[in-house]
Amino acid sequence: MPQAPVIDLAIELRGVHKRFGDVHANRDVDLQIRKGSIHGIIGENGAGKSTLMSILYGFYKADAGEVLIDGQVVRLANSRAAIEAGIGMVHQHFMLVDTFSVLENVMLGAEQGMALAPSAAAAREQLQHLADNYQLNVDPDALVGELPVGEQQRTEILKALYRGARVLILDEPTGVLTPQEADQLFRILRALREQGVTILLITHKLREVMDVTDSVSVMRLGEMVAHRETAETSERELAELMVGGSVDLELNKSLPNTGEVLLEVKNLGVRDARGVQVCRQISFNIRAGEIVGVAGVSGNGQSELLEVLAGIEPLSAGSFNVLGQEVDSKYKINPKTLRSLGVNHVPEDRHRLGMVKPFSAAETSILGYHDDPVYRRGPLIDGDKVTAHCQALMNDFDVRPPDPSLRSAAFSGGNQQKLIIAREIEREPKLMLVGQPTRGVDIGAIALIHRRLLALRDAGVGILLVSVELDEILALSDRILVMCGGELVGEVPAGDADKAQLGLMMANAREVENV
Amino acid sequence: MILADFFNVLDAALRVSTPLIFCAMAGIFSERSGIIDISLEGKLLASAFAAACVATVSGSPVLALSVAMLVSVCLSLLHGVACINYRGNQVVSGLAINILMSGLTVVLGIAWFHQGGQTPSLSPSARFMPIELPGAAAVADVPVLGPLYSGVISGHSVLVYAAFLAVLFTSWVVYRTRFGLRLRAVGENPQAVDTAGISVAWMRYRAIIICGALCGIGGTYLAIAQNAGFSREMSAGQGYIALAAMVFGNWRPGKALMACLLFGLLDAVAIRLQGVPMPIVGQVPVQLIQALPFVLTVVLLAGFFGRSIAPKAIGQPYSKDR
Amino acid sequence: MSSADNTVHMPTWLRVGVVPLVNLSMALFVSGLIFWIIGENPIEAVRLMIYGAFGYQEAIGYTLFYATNFIFTGLAVAVAFHAGLFNIGGEGQAYVGGLGMALMALAFDDVLPVYLLVPLCLVSGAVFGAAWGAVPGWLQAYRGSHIVITTIMFNFIASALLGYLLVSVLIAPGSMAPETRKFLDSASIPYLYEIAAWFGVELSRSPANGSLFIALICAFGLWLYIWRSPSGYALRTVGFSERAASYSGIDARKVTVITMCLSGGLAAMMGLNEILGTQHRLLLNFTAGYGFTGIAVSLMGRNHPVGIVLASLLFGALYQGGAELAFDMPKVTREMVVAIQGLVILFSGALAYMSEPWVAWVYGKLIGKHVIVEGAV
Repeated sequence: MPQAPVIDLAIELRGVHKRFGDVHANRDVDLQIRKGSIHGIIGENGAGKSTLMSILYGFYKADAGEVLIDGQVVRLANSRAAIEAGIGMVHQHFMLVDTFSVLENVMLGAEQGMALAPSAAAAREQLQHLADNYQLNVDPDALVGELPVGEQQRTEILKALYRGARVLILDEPTGVLTPQEADQLFRILRALREQGVTILLITHKLREVMDVTDSVSVMRLGEMVAHRETAETSERELAELMVGGSVDLELNKSLPNTGEVLLEVKNLGVRDARGVQVCRQISFNIRAGEIVGVAGVSGNGQSELLEVLAGIEPLSAGSFNVLGQEVDSKYKINPKTLRSLGVNHVPEDRHRLGMVKPFSAAETSILGYHDDPVYRRGPLIDGDKVTAHCQALMNDFDVRPPDPSLRSAAFSGGNQQKLIIAREIEREPKLMLVGQPTRGVDIGAIALIHRRLLALRDAGVGILLVSVELDEILALSDRILVMCGGELVGEVPAGDADKAQLGLMMANAREVENV
Repeated sequence: MILADFFNVLDAALRVSTPLIFCAMAGIFSERSGIIDISLEGKLLASAFAAACVATVSGSPVLALSVAMLVSVCLSLLHGVACINYRGNQVVSGLAINILMSGLTVVLGIAWFHQGGQTPSLSPSARFMPIELPGAAAVADVPVLGPLYSGVISGHSVLVYAAFLAVLFTSWVVYRTRFGLRLRAVGENPQAVDTAGISVAWMRYRAIIICGALCGIGGTYLAIAQNAGFSREMSAGQGYIALAAMVFGNWRPGKALMACLLFGLLDAVAIRLQGVPMPIVGQVPVQLIQALPFVLTVVLLAGFFGRSIAPKAIGQPYSKDR
Repeated sequence: MSSADNTVHMPTWLRVGVVPLVNLSMALFVSGLIFWIIGENPIEAVRLMIYGAFGYQEAIGYTLFYATNFIFTGLAVAVAFHAGLFNIGGEGQAYVGGLGMALMALAFDDVLPVYLLVPLCLVSGAVFGAAWGAVPGWLQAYRGSHIVITTIMFNFIASALLGYLLVSVLIAPGSMAPETRKFLDSASIPYLYEIAAWFGVELSRSPANGSLFIALICAFGLWLYIWRSPSGYALRTVGFSERAASYSGIDARKVTVITMCLSGGLAAMMGLNEILGTQHRLLLNFTAGYGFTGIAVSLMGRNHPVGIVLASLLFGALYQGGAELAFDMPKVTREMVVAIQGLVILFSGALAYMSEPWVAWVYGKLIGKHVIVEGAV
């Protein structure tokens, strides 16, 4: 329940509801934010933080509830209304035009007249002013696309301030920053607070909340579950509030019976399409008959790691050896080759990778195996064989409705995922790469998927499990690797793992020693 | 003699380039806003037809110009409804307009004028006739510069000069105004524009309206300045050549102007060289020179020399849904 | 507030069956308006067109003749569509394909018998057309140039190339028209009435020829390829989701080039009907816009061979009926058909999603529920 009414609220939300189709992104959310404070909102991915902020910024319209700014009820029909109400937002994915200079980006939408030159001169002066006041130094003539992310972010902050923002929302601002850049950001935020700007910091990193905020609210599954004064709470309490009470998963897990090393990763480095280093110096191995879980807040390099190991993306440094096959930056292995070696992959993003939505379930059931001679009759694919194969998978994994001719998109998330996992397990892999196996999956299907993965491990298959669900990692893994900022920051045997401790490791590497 | 020949070719090149320039500038407005416009061709044809019809009926070139621009803007709006409101495929929509206009101009032309798709030949008073620039006759005898001024620069329809003004206009709007800043932004990152509180759809509509208006002037030039009436398929692919010139000019007004002049020059040279043997290479096939704009554009697009980079958000319908 | 049990998704039969018909009706309605504007009776026009296209044997022959062209060019557009590629270069690919056929015919029509020469011409034409499609495909896959722009450019380049060859190189000696000499009989595909005569059936003379069967075989073959072969599976995967393709190990770039070869090759087959089937020589602009019509045909036929064959028949009837109409209605010419074609592309293609909410609304009123329209993409 919200704390007792405080005078001088910059923002107040009352009973905000937002639905996307069948998903309740926000449910009856109340929030009060003091003027001139830094307020943190924390929660796991998908807790509804970003949606809530988009409502506050007029990007989405709430289904119900009201927004008060400075005590007045406002209608935020679009972003312009929010800007005029004094709200500025720094999005997680920057809303910048790469081919524009900093100055042009700052001006965009806040020009003063039809001709550009006077606006540019005024903006330049204002930028200098802002730079002096808040240590927000960015070269106004630099092309944004060529700036480091830290400076791009400062450009975003400048944009908001230039529009006269008195409330600044930052959505996961440090996700893309180095620790040094993050520290600099926090200095800026404190300077802004001194000038009376109210700051809303959306994050899932506890250290940041403790470092920089005055008060904090916790969201879980679309609901606001707690409000705390930062000085009166601890990281441990927040971690527990964030992940919620642990769900008891009744899994009879036997001791692992490990065998030979199947996968050995040596100093692996990965750069994404923009050339940003997303994984660095990663080394670990997986043996037959064990489940190695990779825990981490999403966006810390684990997705990229999985895609590199699955042969989808190339690696930039180091190497890995999978079932005797050496892969390095010069040789990108094809997913087909990996499958023939006995490495199967259940991808994180099942909608875009694991299946083709307009395909029938039968067609999705051979994705990755469409040229396997098993399904052939002459040069053609034998539809009957594919259908029979899909039917068998559906029966085995209790996919409902058990209709191979139905469009893949028409199944519920859980049933889609069961079909994909069935497809990969059926090939009798030696090594399974599994990403977010139960994201968006109903409880019943979760139990089934977990049981099947454990059965696979007991049959001697090595499994790499990447998940942002700590419960899942804890329930299934024999060893737990923790990733943060593209690095492996620790390894914990499953027996010794404790959720709050893992949460802290995920939140920041340097905090571990202090626990 | 050779100099006179050269000036003749330059003079012809200016005439041929004019519709290309209007269309290329039109294309820049549309494509900079993120909307692919292959319907330049259709709009050129339709406005040429409209201009010829109105000039025939009313005898007023200015009225003809206005109606032609209006018709072309209406086609732009049709394109906009399909691409902006109904998220249709921009190429399909453009193609539909081209094919529709290719048929409709002839059908209506025959129905209204009974001359096999042509409009009646216009009297000079119903056309934009060549105008002589001040002092053209006086300096004609000055060596080199005289003929250049009187023979190449002077003596064109007012719309030819308007084409160059259109380039200045485009360049000014795109780079020096608030509208231009937003225009460039909406073609690169519409979400940035949306979050800045500007309506993406309205920006794009305004861009394509300007696009339509400019095409309309180009079509008017074709029908009632360069020629004395409409003839079937008179745009003859010039909308596509303008598209190529725009791509070749990297979506920039100045460079696109250069590309239009180059393509126009190639065309003029091709006509001049028809049947004339050249030293060393012998007779150059006209078709080779005609194909050159397209070949050059393909080679440029392939990145073998230079690079032509389209606005990033081009071709994608915008919606803020995830 | 609509509760969950009161909303239903738009059923497939409505989306695939009713919506396209609504779109087509809108296109035909606007076409009717054009007739009305130019002062002709639209109803009468429809009657005359139907009679002109199907009323007697010769008319049906012509309708089938035009339909044959459209089947080829429609299939060419469709196969590219399935791989997520927009090939508007069918016109140029058909043109260059025709060149490939003519070269073989000119070289060998005095030495090879018909049963060797026609297949040779077919292969040669297919290779030429495929090459003309492959280059833009390669440029898109490996150099990142936009296939729409490059295929447009390639249409013009093809036109210039053929123009040069026909005017200056291949022109028949002593001829004024830019066309090759007439091929000998060994390079011709028999007419339908000739084929019928072998079986003792008498048909009226018309340009419809054996290419029609090849077109139908291509339609069936393409259906097998796209929906029944491993390569077709890869092609559709690339078309729907490049990420899924890379997940499953499919090389999207290779698929792009192969698909464009196939598309160009199919467009080139139009030459069988025009060059080997009826004209018996290569002539300027024999493609006459059929390559572009293929886009309308493919859109109307929802990129499915069966739909394409049906849409080709419709367009064949439009062309033939339109030509006949020109005799009876002085204000109507063949260009009327071009305009109708443009309207079909507009309503069935560009504005394809416009009528969906309306149809959904009407359907919802009928069943008393709220009908959700799935967004495009």
